[in-house]
Amino acid sequence: MNATSDRSSAQNAVSPAAKLHRVEVWPRLETMGDPLGDSVARDARAIGIDVKGCATAQVYLIKADLTDDQLRSVCDRVLVDPVVQSAVVGAKPSPELTAAGAMVEVHPLPGVMDPAAASVSMAIQQLLGVAAQVSTGTRFDLLNASPAQAKSLGEKLLANPVIQRVTTAPYHPSDFAKGVSHEHAVRRITITSLNDAQLEKLSREAHLFLSLDEMKAIQTEYRRRGEEPREIELETLAQTWSEHCVHKTLKSKVTYKGAAAADPITWTGRPGHTVNPDGSVTINNLLKSTVAAATFELIKEGIDWTLSVFTDNSGVIALDDTFGVCIKVETHNHPSAIEPYGGSATGIGGCIRDVIGTGLGARPIASTDVFCVAPPDLKDIPAGCLPPRRILTQVVAGVRDYGNRMGIPTVSGGVYFDDNYVGNPLVYCGCIGLIPRKLVKGHVKPGDRIIALGGRTGRDGIHGATFSSAELEHSAADEFSHAVQIGNAITEKQTLDAIMRARDEDPRGPLYNAMTDCGAGGFSSAVGEMGGKLGAEVHLERAPLKYPGLSSTEIWISEAQERMVLAVPPENVPALKKICDEESVEMADLGSFGTPGSELVLRFKGEEVGRMSMHFLHEGIPTPTREAAWSPASIATKPAKTPTRPHAKDAISHLLSHPNIASKHWIIRQYDHEVRGGTVLKPLVGRSQRGPGDGSVIEPIPGSGSGIAISQGLQTGLGDPNLAGAHADAYLMTLAAIDECVRNLVCVGADPERIAILDNFCWPSCKKPENLATLVRAAEGCYDGAKAYRTPFVSGKDSLNNQFTTQDGRTIEIPPTLLITGMGIVPDITRCISSDAKFSDAGSTLLLISAAPQRTDAPMGGSHYKRLFGLSDQHNKAIPRTDLVKGPLTAKLISKLVREGVLLAAHDVSDGGVLTCIAEMLIGGSTPNRPLGAMIDLPGLDTRAVDALGATDHAGAFWWNESPSQYIVEAQSTKTPTIIEMAQKMGLSATSLGSVNTSGVLTVKPLGLSSVVGDLAAAWRGPLDW
Amino acid sequence: MPASPALASNPLQTSPDAPRALVVRAAGTNCDAEMVRAFQLAGASAQLIHLDRLIDNPQLISDADLLGFPGGFSYGDDVASGRIFAAKLKAALWPALRDAARKGVPMIAACNGFQILVQSGLLPGPTSTNAHTWPDLPPAQELALAHNHTPPPGRGGGFTDRWCRVEPDPTSVCIWTKGLLDPLAKLPPLSRRDVCMLPVAHGEGRLVASSPSVIERLRSTGQIALRYSKDENPNGSTDDIAGICDPSGRIFGLMPHPERYLDWTRHPFWTALDSSVRTGDTPGLMMFKNAVNLVKSQIPAGAR
Repeated sequence: MNATSDRSSAQNAVSPAAKLHRVEVWPRLETMGDPLGDSVARDARAIGIDVKGCATAQVYLIKADLTDDQLRSVCDRVLVDPVVQSAVVGAKPSPELTAAGAMVEVHPLPGVMDPAAASVSMAIQQLLGVAAQVSTGTRFDLLNASPAQAKSLGEKLLANPVIQRVTTAPYHPSDFAKGVSHEHAVRRITITSLNDAQLEKLSREAHLFLSLDEMKAIQTEYRRRGEEPREIELETLAQTWSEHCVHKTLKSKVTYKGAAAADPITWTGRPGHTVNPDGSVTINNLLKSTVAAATFELIKEGIDWTLSVFTDNSGVIALDDTFGVCIKVETHNHPSAIEPYGGSATGIGGCIRDVIGTGLGARPIASTDVFCVAPPDLKDIPAGCLPPRRILTQVVAGVRDYGNRMGIPTVSGGVYFDDNYVGNPLVYCGCIGLIPRKLVKGHVKPGDRIIALGGRTGRDGIHGATFSSAELEHSAADEFSHAVQIGNAITEKQTLDAIMRARDEDPRGPLYNAMTDCGAGGFSSAVGEMGGKLGAEVHLERAPLKYPGLSSTEIWISEAQERMVLAVPPENVPALKKICDEESVEMADLGSFGTPGSELVLRFKGEEVGRMSMHFLHEGIPTPTREAAWSPASIATKPAKTPTRPHAKDAISHLLSHPNIASKHWIIRQYDHEVRGGTVLKPLVGRSQRGPGDGSVIEPIPGSGSGIAISQGLQTGLGDPNLAGAHADAYLMTLAAIDECVRNLVCVGADPERIAILDNFCWPSCKKPENLATLVRAAEGCYDGAKAYRTPFVSGKDSLNNQFTTQDGRTIEIPPTLLITGMGIVPDITRCISSDAKFSDAGSTLLLISAAPQRTDAPMGGSHYKRLFGLSDQHNKAIPRTDLVKGPLTAKLISKLVREGVLLAAHDVSDGGVLTCIAEMLIGGSTPNRPLGAMIDLPGLDTRAVDALGATDHAGAFWWNESPSQYIVEAQSTKTPTIIEMAQKMGLSATSLGSVNTSGVLTVKPLGLSSVVGDLAAAWRGPLDW
Repeated sequence: MPASPALASNPLQTSPDAPRALVVRAAGTNCDAEMVRAFQLAGASAQLIHLDRLIDNPQLISDADLLGFPGGFSYGDDVASGRIFAAKLKAALWPALRDAARKGVPMIAACNGFQILVQSGLLPGPTSTNAHTWPDLPPAQELALAHNHTPPPGRGGGFTDRWCRVEPDPTSVCIWTKGLLDPLAKLPPLSRRDVCMLPVAHGEGRLVASSPSVIERLRSTGQIALRYSKDENPNGSTDDIAGICDPSGRIFGLMPHPERYLDWTRHPFWTALDSSVRTGDTPGLMMFKNAVNLVKSQIPAGAR
């Protein structure tokens, strides 16, 4: 057996005349049952199709020269487990024949990645020595359903027409579809003679998505060159200049207008900012003057543990003297809107490659994911949008299938629900890697070979970079289906295995000088970036293809997944090839870095198809001044909710059931969050294994004792005019998100002096001055927050066109959404604590530790209490402000208490407020044998304003507000005075709220509240217990 | 950085006399580093090897004192978990593995490894306790690890990652689980239950047999090594079975991941456990020590 048999060359060798066989694999009901069928039947009934049952089969279409005996052997050895399955060659009679029901079958469209097919093809080649082309599908037999119902079920639940075909009879074509071949011709596109309107038309129709200014810059360049651009050159510019790749909005010069009397932002004295006489502010390069400025100032002020910031595929900080840890968070929003499963899977896959492609290679050790989606019960779903529940289910499945297969634990994340994500869900994927400090930087050398490693190039993912920079419309699913891809995690895992060997095996060092991943823009971006200074010559026909017929431009810009580009000294190529062969990874030598004049030269079968100046490619993009206009008063808001007055008992239970707050165990348990054996604090904690952890902690090098904590901060409610009205402010939202992220990390044991953070802006169109203004305010928040908390930003990413235009022309903008992701060093993992209440026979006390003393008139704007019950006139409707002096001090105090072993538990107060926080701690610590409860009494609290019903007004805000810098801690009661004294010394507030007991009941005397913790747990776990 | 006790006691530089463990990986294997560390912490030297290299040179199997088949998604597990790895094992390595089994080489197969051994004929092995009855050809498959499916009120379906309380069967011949509970005897019963847990992370772990008589036989031959506690069966496995062994007790397959429980700081609620409970070896590490120590006791001193 040839271990390195190449699955794809096997496919190519299939005789055109070979027969296409069909095999169905059915579960044996007596041993296996039909779990898939059962779940389809359940889901069908949930959407109103009353099927009696569902039977499923895997379908394999195999084109190969196989005798009957050989086909039987394929079934026995590869396709069927004799204990639980049986095979049918051809098709079992369909249920229509017996009038018992109907059937539907789902198969991938030609060209769509089909990992199972690739595995089967490889296995047939290796075990039988026969070349086979394979495609897989699934058959669903529905009992008691009509053919129309079956078809509808297929389209609504089982398939996505963007990537799959639905048939209502067994699908058994006589042959597979052939690839569409392009005639090879180098097209020149007329641009030099176009007027403005024609330039804009060209930009839109060719899917370049470049602005008029940019089109004119290109026009000027080609007028200078005295020729028209070739297609591949124009495409290269469009990819490289896309918002996705170059972040032109965040890097542009901005004029900000909108002085406000009581603006929390101090505009004078900011780096790169000029306050003009008319009160407007000019900001030179927004990103550099805010997010990056904070980092570089912090480094100047003495932070010496950042190793690489903003320049590479991820940001790197020191873990210890030998190793660094790197982190990156990406978004994959638009692909996920159209094909959520493939979108999120390739999102996580791409982010993992960013980490692998950091410096001379990092090993991925953990992943994160945050989703912003519409509530699952949303009724009004515009045409062209998938149902929110399906989107959430599928994005979770995508991360699950890719992350688990990669063997990288998905340890931390969150979900945020809002109606306005209906057409444009947000999918944030993060990855953390471990990298030897001496490998943090790579440098391409002239003469290095351009080596492509990993997956093959196909037509999938063409125009992903430009598409992600465009705005979605109801027709997007049709227009951009070619931008959608399905990933193949195993190809990426093999590629990772090969790269780690190429990095580590030779004692002299890595076999390559530099590396990057093929992300948006494919080879064009990867080679363009790596060869930015030296130039590069690329022979495009050398790229291995998934199927024949790709044009040179398609090869160059394809965003096919699982590909890396390495700069390899020629003498190391054979050693790298040997490793790749042993790991069954394909590699191709595409050309070399370094050209006279540092040009980018593209060839196809010897012919020059493109030639460009690297300088124009990377520096030629015009940077116009953009207008930002801030006007809080003019923001349109939804009519205020008529306030209701729930009893505290109902309030707490409804808050715990709010989908933003409710337990996410349904998602968490689908992810392998412990592979690699290094997960110290898991996302669900406590004796119940159900408590929500604040941050997850992993030990990157098992046995070393030092760890990293990972968490997020997301405070969208404070910047969302629909929730906070005219008080909404992206600046305060950002500060609160940074505080939340820091809170989460110090609660588990991270050192607040060693926290690095990342920014991920997802905004509606920033061509609108109002939206750019909120973006500016958020960026200013990043600067002030990072400086105050001494948490440098080390990496970030933005996605600035998140809105959806409906068929009737209505634009649904997402709320400005800034995800802060944080990674903190945990000096000693044995000191970690978790959020679950522990209880002590000697008595344990719950304390509220906060920046400011307890307030009965705390601001409630943007809170979940307000979302559910509205606010009465007595409530403070403002949104909370983060105290940039005391907030960081509070984090320091918590960290000190954790480090000194004073605390039994710590949990940050966030969504839902103080009582929600306490309820979560009790849920985490309870077991059926020993249910925990608490007796909360606060004699010092001014309860005069609490009305008979207990909770709604004024003083009630104490229990429900979501102000930053608040923590609930549990400590042995004897330690209470020490804690209060320590807090007072730092000018902070610590208040004893009551004690933990084993009654199983949460009692809050001032509110007349008495709730069984088991009931609260049920309320909390119920909504997303899918 | 402070040197941690765990690191100090990590025998990464194993003595030349240490038993040699071979951990077999393939495309998609992803719990290999943990298993290597487990063997090392237990006192063996451990070598990671690609399945294809082993197929090129089956002789390597006969040089190994212990074999490990780690978890993951071998070849993507897209057709079924472990299917292609098992097909390759059967086609190319059966004679070498059979000889190792006849020699009594301890083998551990966790998660995907278990799925592979069940499909390749190594588990549950021959129907007799006589090691020399290992047949020349792989025995017919009697067991399968099917998709998780717990009956209501459980919601088991699909992939799940959780820790489960587990109970070694005291009547089992398995050498890996022998005496697992002995060090816990001093603990109160509830703490004992809390400590004897293992993590599972799989979508296809429900052990089913081609007929009920197979389970009956395994019970009578002491081949049922490990069960989930009654109310913590995560996948609907028959008789709550989490792991089984061959008739000799040396080849052990289980769905949970003992190699993820080598340190007390991996326990799912170690922060809530009294430090007096978190002493000595974790149950996960003990399993590996059991096998390594057995091999050591059988290698004459200075034999290498």
